[in-house]
Amino acid sequence: MLGLETVWFQVAGSICNLACSHCFISCSPTNRSHAMMAAADVERHLAESESLGVREYYFTGGEPFLNPELMEMLAAALRRGPATVLTNGTLINARRAAGLKALADGSPYSLDIRLSLDGFAPEANDAIRGPGTFERILEAISHLAAAGINPVITVTEACEDAIGSDGRARLLERLRTMGLDRPRLKVMPLLRLGAETERTRGYGEEETLAGMELAAADTAALQCASGRMVTAGGVYVCPILIDSREARMGGTLSETLRPYPLRHRACHTCHAQGLNCRT
Amino acid sequence: MLPTARETFAGGFRRVAFFGGVYSNYLALAEAHALARSLKVDAVFALGDFGAFGPHPDRTVDFLRESGIPCIQGNYEEALSDAAEDCRCGYTDPRDNHYARLSFDYTSSRTSPHHKAWMGDLPRHLRLTLGGTRVLCCHGSPRRINEFLWASSTSDAYLRRLLDEYGTDLLVCTHTGLHWSRMIAPAQGGRPARGILNVGALGRPANNGRTEVWFAIAEASEGGVRVEFVPVPYDHGRLAREMEAEGLPREFRETILTGWWTTCLEILPAKERAAGRF
Repeated sequence: MLGLETVWFQVAGSICNLACSHCFISCSPTNRSHAMMAAADVERHLAESESLGVREYYFTGGEPFLNPELMEMLAAALRRGPATVLTNGTLINARRAAGLKALADGSPYSLDIRLSLDGFAPEANDAIRGPGTFERILEAISHLAAAGINPVITVTEACEDAIGSDGRARLLERLRTMGLDRPRLKVMPLLRLGAETERTRGYGEEETLAGMELAAADTAALQCASGRMVTAGGVYVCPILIDSREARMGGTLSETLRPYPLRHRACHTCHAQGLNCRT
Repeated sequence: MLPTARETFAGGFRRVAFFGGVYSNYLALAEAHALARSLKVDAVFALGDFGAFGPHPDRTVDFLRESGIPCIQGNYEEALSDAAEDCRCGYTDPRDNHYARLSFDYTSSRTSPHHKAWMGDLPRHLRLTLGGTRVLCCHGSPRRINEFLWASSTSDAYLRRLLDEYGTDLLVCTHTGLHWSRMIAPAQGGRPARGILNVGALGRPANNGRTEVWFAIAEASEGGVRVEFVPVPYDHGRLAREMEAEGLPREFRETILTGWWTTCLEILPAKERAAGRF
């Protein structure tokens, strides 16, 4: 391991107000496999991370805004370093957007909001994220834009419209019409885990790094070389593998500062497609 | 285990200038060098990324070598001397990588083999002292040559760790193209103040609507180092014309002429992105 630089928090556990058909941890209103985190729990890990010299923080779920203590957690993180929230946007209203802007302005560090979208139009997006979500995401974008926050729009490769430079250019243009004059976009490969295995497929036999000797630079580029995921139930190697019991590396960050064997099939996606969940 | 790096010790100084990425802006480099000398510095150091973006890359390297400016390797020098396929800038966005590729292909095809060989022999790190302050110069960060240390995305805790791991008081870097500095600990018990100095870039303006480019001067002072950022006016119109004649992208020229970045934007954190026009 290169050294811990990025710490993730699974603040909403596996609880989400949506149930997207490509979710690699099958988050939903009823998935209780990972519990919500308490602010005191996050604070304890933040304090430890600071002593370890961590550079940045990410907050995800589930849907992070379902956690009633999220704003308190973000304020605690932003006292120590930059923070990013990964959200589906459906719980962002004008008041919340203004609260986020106040948090961002009150810190010397950046607060980034990453908002997921899966198509240019309701038909494509709602087929994956659920009926009516496209309009709600657009509303969130307009609330954030009005508050002076320029979110990073995240689309997965399930959004076929966004693949390739033409699709990307059209999506950026569409985002400009939604009120984002400097649109920011991140395209993520799909992980063949969780709900996605039902929507398309699981990993194939050939999709594995087992038995492969990666070059040192390739290993150092993987997110597990410099990041860890904190959940209510312990610290995992990365944000992707929290449904794999063997990916739980310890109860504190310090207990997890060792290399992780690249034995999971999802490790193939990180290496072969250069996936990094960071922005 | 931390990677080991080729390292050199430059000596002890009172007042020095640091040049960040030149990106083939040889006109600004010459102006900055003259300006630094007029500001009575003891020495000038260049922190890598001599090519990219601008025209005639050999002119920059000729100037650096003929002037005897001590240089360290940036990701560009590493990539050019390795015959790498790309610049290893560390961008993650396809549009950013598209423009990075245009820059790299142009620069690689017009950099002389003897300059590429020289780049391969450059040290990765350079140490010096400013009074009682230990200084470590690197390109991106001491951990990774292409790490972006932005003001709004680099925690104090991370900086403290870098300073401790690499046994220094002041970290001096570039790679982001934006200049900033932060002291994270005051002088205490005979120990100097500790912090970071990102010296910015001579290659393109600082995404602030001004056409000047920037370098940094660091001077030993009571309890630590005093930092000053110096704007460099130069004939940016001439540079843009030469870029056009060389067939470099219109977007690059626009940045030189307006002071606003038009490419390689997606890597910017929220605060730095919000400060620009695009």
